[in-house]
Amino acid sequence: MDILAGILISTGLIFFLGTTIGLLRFPDFYSRMHAAGKGDTLSTVVILLGCICLISTQGDLSWILGLKILLIINFIFIGSPTATHAMMDAGNKAGAKPWKKDAD
Amino acid sequence: MLLVLVLAIKGPTVIDRLVAVNVIGTKSIVLLLFAGILFGQLDMFVDIALGYGLLNYIVSIAASRYYQHRKCLEPEHTIGKGEVS
Repeated sequence: MDILAGILISTGLIFFLGTTIGLLRFPDFYSRMHAAGKGDTLSTVVILLGCICLISTQGDLSWILGLKILLIINFIFIGSPTATHAMMDAGNKAGAKPWKKDAD
Repeated sequence: MLLVLVLAIKGPTVIDRLVAVNVIGTKSIVLLLFAGILFGQLDMFVDIALGYGLLNYIVSIAASRYYQHRKCLEPEHTIGKGEVS
């Protein structure tokens, strides 16, 4: 179970690294939003599943903690794409132009 | 990794900072869970992480609704130049 937790947490950290690099390197608001919205949600869900696997071996009351972490996963899985969509709508209404290759 | 994302706060427009704040808030939940595992008091830190998640969601929605009606920010003037308006 510890090996499974290590694999899940390492995968989530790799996705976090991809999110950060995409957020720093992409030229546009919309593509930056693309990197942030997907990688953030997926990596957080994977890391929290790894945390559940990590604490499920130690003892008596760990199922309540696992249930709470599942509640956080459920909330993030609903809330993060909603927040991403709201910010994308705000950027579209405020008039951010998409990036073109021959603009500069 | 959180320090790398602090650089993203200094992004060109206001909405880029909003995205960066959202990502930092999501990372702080994971960081709180790791702190709880390291300190051995996960039953307290899970509740704090749940509160942080709710607050992060509300902050993202409210700030995007606020900057939606601001016509004065005009992000396209400062995208390529790297200047903070």
